Amino acid sequence: MARGGPRNKMPQQDAAKRVQNFDEVALGYTEEQAIDEAERCLNCKNKPCVAGCPVNIDIPAFIQLIKAGDYSGASEEIKKTNSLPAICGRVCPQEEQCEKLCILTKKGESVAIGRLERFAADYEAAHSTGESVPEPQNPELAKYSVAVVGCGPAGLTVAGDLAKNGYSVTIFEALHKTGGVLRYGIPEFRLPRNILDREVKYVESLGVKIISDIIVGRTFRVEDLLRNGFEAVFVGTGAGAPKLMGIEGENLSGIYSGNEWLTRINLMRAHREEYATPIKIPTRACVIGAGNTAMDCARTAMRIGSEEVTIVYRRSRAEMPARGEEIENAEEEGVKLMLLTNPKRFIGDEKGAVKAIECLKMELGEPDSSGRRRPVTVEGSEFIIEADTVIVALGQNPNPLIRSTTEGLETESWGGIIINEETGMTSIPGVFAGGDAVTGEATVISAMGAGKIAAEGIDKYIREKHGIE
Amino acid sequence: MCSKDHGEMCNLAELTPDSMRNTIVRKQKLSPVLTLFEIRAPLIANSAKPGQFVIVWTGEHGERLPLTISDWDVANGTITLIFQEVGRGTIELGRLNEGDDILSLAGPLGKPTDIENFGTAVAIGGGVGTAIARPVAYALKQAGNELITIVGAREKSLIILEDELRGFSDDLIITTDDGSYGRKGLVTEPLKELLESRKIDFVVAIGPLPMMRAVSDTTRPYGVKTIVSLDAIMIDGTGMCGGCRVTVGGKTKFTCVDGPDFDAHQVDWDELRARKAFYFDEERKDREAATAGGDN
Ligand SMILES: Cc1cc2nc3c(=O)[nH]c(=O)nc-3n(C[C@H](O)[C@H](O)[C@H](O)COP(=O)(O)OP(=O)(O)OC[C@H]3O[C@@H](n4cnc5c(N)ncnc54)[C@H](O)[C@@H]3O)c2cc1C
Ligand SMILES: Cc1cc2nc3c(=O)[nH]c(=O)nc-3n(C[C@H](O)[C@H](O)[C@H](O)COP(=O)(O)OP(=O)(O)OC[C@H]3O[C@@H](n4cnc5c(N)ncnc54)[C@H](O)[C@@H]3O)c2cc1C
Ligand code: SF4
Ligand code: SF4
Ligand code: FES
Repeated sequence: MARGGPRNKMPQQDAAKRVQNFDEVALGYTEEQAIDEAERCLNCKNKPCVAGCPVNIDIPAFIQLIKAGDYSGASEEIKKTNSLPAICGRVCPQEEQCEKLCILTKKGESVAIGRLERFAADYEAAHSTGESVPEPQNPELAKYSVAVVGCGPAGLTVAGDLAKNGYSVTIFEALHKTGGVLRYGIPEFRLPRNILDREVKYVESLGVKIISDIIVGRTFRVEDLLRNGFEAVFVGTGAGAPKLMGIEGENLSGIYSGNEWLTRINLMRAHREEYATPIKIPTRACVIGAGNTAMDCARTAMRIGSEEVTIVYRRSRAEMPARGEEIENAEEEGVKLMLLTNPKRFIGDEKGAVKAIECLKMELGEPDSSGRRRPVTVEGSEFIIEADTVIVALGQNPNPLIRSTTEGLETESWGGIIINEETGMTSIPGVFAGGDAVTGEATVISAMGAGKIAAEGIDKYIREKHGIE
Repeated sequence: MCSKDHGEMCNLAELTPDSMRNTIVRKQKLSPVLTLFEIRAPLIANSAKPGQFVIVWTGEHGERLPLTISDWDVANGTITLIFQEVGRGTIELGRLNEGDDILSLAGPLGKPTDIENFGTAVAIGGGVGTAIARPVAYALKQAGNELITIVGAREKSLIILEDELRGFSDDLIITTDDGSYGRKGLVTEPLKELLESRKIDFVVAIGPLPMMRAVSDTTRPYGVKTIVSLDAIMIDGTGMCGGCRVTVGGKTKFTCVDGPDFDAHQVDWDELRARKAFYFDEERKDREAATAGGDN
């Protein structure tokens, strides 16, 4: 019989302590907690949860293995379809995906699928004597090379899958480090760097070459790749161009995009004395927006020693797009919320640095196309809030570079690359795409799911082209 | 795509992290504070155009530094950077020697300068900006312009590339602030005389912000198209962070992808100056540590 009752809480670093460090907030289940949580699963015959997972992990199967104490077996089961379980178990918005469809959700609390996934992955990492590297399925395929543009989760997935098939794969990455948003965007207190490094190493151990500092579209073009040695190209360049507000004073110094703020800290380590990239410790930081990026910016600002951090958001709490868990974490850490408030203009001091924001009060009107109630300005409600740092975290658009340098590549009006959903192929034969570059800002697991589809599409394309069985 | 002597370039699938090492093949001190590196970077050499830059990262603790591609040699697969040691990053870079690898070198970045046959063109370089102006000036000459080059510096020892510039310019004017070489004064003085005395069709100015701004103010009354290369503070150089934004003609632009060249008469100079000065205190601390700290 399955054990009823609520799910096991995730042990966490104490809020007062964790705002002083960048160590991981969630500490992970103990064995006892994991087994207890696994016992909550009803092992449903029709597995409703699986449909909620973009890579269709056989969720009850791995949970039953945890229940039986076979943690490595559980990890292997997950790895059949998800090559980055330690990452997904941490950053997937599970409550919107697998856990949303868990049968127990209707009765109370779903099985903590993500936490169990993380437990299995971490256990395996801690207890294996180095990951066993699978032999390529078909060594014959090594004479065919595939280029992957972008080393985020989409690119890493395509590269890993194709290398397992036997292909020779090279990833070209614009930055000096791997991981894409996993490194420069998501802070290490949510995704520790050693976990990311381990996953990247694993992909490399499959024989994938990673060449950094290559900006495709500038160093060379997509068509050069097709002409000079590659059978196919996968474009996984993400959605890296920051959206701004376009209001007065936005270019005052002290105003950052979410990307700049996070990149300075996560990638360049600006908050640490021995690193050269500078950052100013805010007295009062205001973060505009309420998505996951905004939460990450605010929580990072707390950790580098800001006196006060406030999230400014034009709708109400119910509409905040960030994960509930992250909003709670942020509030526990001392981040304040200023809701139904919208910046009208930024005010600078005599040195051209921001010192205040003029804001307007908002109220909620009729639902808009997204179903959320539309914020409406309260006329004459202007008021001033002081801030010496402003972080505009309103989301990202695809970077136009590949689009503008690849002739014949069809894109949506907003910049997303158009693909055949079944194969991942773009309008150019042999050029595939997936992840945020196609969908706009989405999730790690959906980028990986797209990577899987494209890897299959590429395999099929190359086999057909060369008449391979 | 292929050029002699680096077979691996013919086939991009054969590139390896090791074959991509950016080795310094020549180091030359051009003046006490100016250093020239010729660096093996065949892919960048192959794609570089006048006005473009690279981003250099020297190691784990380093900053990403944008530096203009001052010259490139496709046959040898090298690019040349000329940089002034102004702070921690450039001081540390200057400590590297021939045979050392630059850990990370990405490019070419930015839009190439729009080069046309405008008629009579004036290319102005101030200080290290002369190194940046060199390829643009050369391309202007190649495109058929009559080329007048003006080079300005604080004092004689800071004048660089004189012979080379003289070689391809129709006229070369040198100014120093202290009069230790060439004319005494600022580059805007001979520029103004030129604008007064003859038809000038195009001006490009690259150097310290106050100099570019002064050039802009000088040409504005004459309505002469004037291009400047802006050096906003950058991180990625690929359009990802927005840290390099500038206001040009009332619109927000990202210097690294929309520029670095912009119409001088449209630039919001006060804003650029403020954004560039924002980290002054942090930079000074780092610079002092770098100068005091020796080689580690
Ligand atoms: C702050 C933040 C927090 C987030 N939190 C979560 C979360 O908790 N859970 C979740 O599921 N999702 C989260 N997301 C979204 C998630 O990170 C993305 O959906 C995912 O990373 C997309 O993967 P990708 O591989 O498509 O692109 P990216 O991760 O963006 O990787 C693209 C890579 O391509 C490189 N590149 C770009 N252009 C070029 C070029 N021309 N040549 C070579 N390389 C290039 C980039 O440098 C980058 O490394 C978050 C996003 C942000 C910004
Ligand atoms: C497109 C472009 C091309 C450039 N080309 C050259 C060149 O060919 N030769 C050359 O000597 N210099 C060039 N620069 C300037 C050079 O990048 C800076 O001097 C260098 O980054 C300073 O770093 P630092 O650590 O030595 O000094 P710091 O002490 O950090 O800074 C000194 C000054 O340099 C500026 N600066 C600091 N960090 C950056 C940064 N990340 N990006 C841009 N500017 C910064 C600041 O305004 C500061 O006042 C160029 C800048 C840009 C944007
Ligand atoms: S990968 Fe994400 S969606 Fe799939 S089971 Fe794991 S946590 Fe759920
Ligand atoms: S729906 Fe929930 S209870 Fe049923 S198998 Fe999936 S995780 Fe277990
Ligand atoms: S340097 Fe980051 S967008 Fe230009």
